[in-house]
Amino acid sequence: MTRKEWPLWEVFIRGQRGLSHRHVGSLHAADAEMAVKNARDVYTRRNEGVSIWVVEAAKITASDPADKEAMYDPAESKVYRHPTFFDIPDEIKAM
Amino acid sequence: MDQQTATFEFLCRMGDNTLVLGHRVSEWCGKAPVLEEDIALANVALDLIGQTQMWLGLAAEVEGAGRTADDLAMLRDVWDFRSALLVEQPNGDFGQTLMRQYLFDQWHVAVLTALMESADPRVADIAAKSVKEARYHVERSADLVIRLGDGTEESHGRMQAALDKLWPFFGELFDDDPVDAAMAEAGIAPLPSGLRADVDQEVAAVMAQATLVIPADRFAHRGGKTGIRHSEHLGHMLTQMQWLQRAYPGATW
Repeated sequence: MTRKEWPLWEVFIRGQRGLSHRHVGSLHAADAEMAVKNARDVYTRRNEGVSIWVVEAAKITASDPADKEAMYDPAESKVYRHPTFFDIPDEIKAM
Repeated sequence: MDQQTATFEFLCRMGDNTLVLGHRVSEWCGKAPVLEEDIALANVALDLIGQTQMWLGLAAEVEGAGRTADDLAMLRDVWDFRSALLVEQPNGDFGQTLMRQYLFDQWHVAVLTALMESADPRVADIAAKSVKEARYHVERSADLVIRLGDGTEESHGRMQAALDKLWPFFGELFDDDPVDAAMAEAGIAPLPSGLRADVDQEVAAVMAQATLVIPADRFAHRGGKTGIRHSEHLGHMLTQMQWLQRAYPGATW
């Protein structure tokens, strides 16, 4: 008998209301519904979350690590793109 | 039978069911078919052991003989256990474990929902805490019974075999006896027989979706919840579960 593996799913959990979902890891499941159930058991057993998203890993389009120089290096020496040249009033404290 | 004895018996039945099934399910830890199921089964086992602490803790309190939940769990022998025959059945294959879990969960949700209205607030409180877990358990076990029943030829065959094997142990959960009569009289717990119609309807719906055939025979093995005649499996399980406390009395960590 050939062994068919379940597809891989990426799991995103929202820790508290108001925060955004964060990637916490991955797991295998036969379909999306089972992936949510498995995520509940694997990733929220210590009260980590109030909401779960799952995405089939194959459906994610990622940037190619080989393109890293062309993709990211041009942004490196452009400090003027950071709003660090403004005087922030003291009462604002950390921003 | 006086009320105190009947209440103690009833609480032991609730706690022994969750203890024995919790231990059985924990036997899968580290060797379930896939990692996700391994963790899910361990979660269910832990939920059940947690519920056991509440039921047997209250049983010990009602008994008033200075025993604790730990004493009841680890120092009673087979004939003092009040768990139904269904939960002590061996795990078998993964399908048999799931079928046992589903049949138990469907009954468990029904009884816990009814117990939330118990005249004894301590019982109602434990039921309210436990029912949330039980609702998740039944959602999960029903889902897997349907997937495997309505799955491949092999998984379907295994699930049907599991249902045929375990069905004769299902009826005991709905048996009434003098303990149940006393509990119903006092408004502490519902008569088990009164839960059957609703549970049967749920089970029929799940089995239909799973393309599994429920055996027509309503014969039920009896003797677990009364402790009169446990199957040979419980004693073997207790030797595993209790050996540490038996070999090193009072050991803690």
